[in-house]
Amino acid sequence: MKNVWIPLTFAAFVLNACVTINIYFPAAAAEKAADKIIDEVWQTQKDDKAAPKANESRTAVPNTKKEEAK
Amino acid sequence: MKHLTKFWFVLFALCVSAAALAEADIKVSSPGITALKQSMHARHVQLRPYLDSGAVGLTADGMFALRDAGKVPLAQRQEVNAMVAAENQDRSALYAEISNANGHPEWQAEIRSTFAQRWIEHAHPGWWVQSGGAWKQK
Repeated sequence: MKNVWIPLTFAAFVLNACVTINIYFPAAAAEKAADKIIDEVWQTQKDDKAAPKANESRTAVPNTKKEEAK
Repeated sequence: MKHLTKFWFVLFALCVSAAALAEADIKVSSPGITALKQSMHARHVQLRPYLDSGAVGLTADGMFALRDAGKVPLAQRQEVNAMVAAENQDRSALYAEISNANGHPEWQAEIRSTFAQRWIEHAHPGWWVQSGGAWKQK
């Protein structure tokens, strides 16, 4: 009878671990994700210089397409 | 009996590694998140002077607040108010979007409080942040 309890305890533990996967909030990962987004929203000067260039090329593409269409 | 113990041990090890993998990631890329980031970045450029002057501050719940309206010229006050309201709308949407993108809408409050801490952590020296209900200059 004693022997039954060992696997049963294990089973309870395993089930508990499996259920926790989907409920537990990953705080460390959330912090990393937040840092990444904050960096992008509050971009440093280097990125500020790169951003307008990207916008220029984006606006330039549709213009040339329009000209071609005409 | 020996085999049964082994079986449980292997199953347990599998679940633990699965838990470790599942915990390691929070997805931050979805079309909604990208659009919100762009809109918030564009607004940040406009709001930056008001953060620097202390007119606008970062709240403890991950939002922006007009802290000292007196520091904004009367002519611009309405515009700044509107920008703060729009920023807060985007922020709420961002927290909801991230929790939805990860399949856990119930994480929204935790994501908001994580962001609140991180915004304050990333705040530049001189900006005003809320801690324990009171405003404090970083």
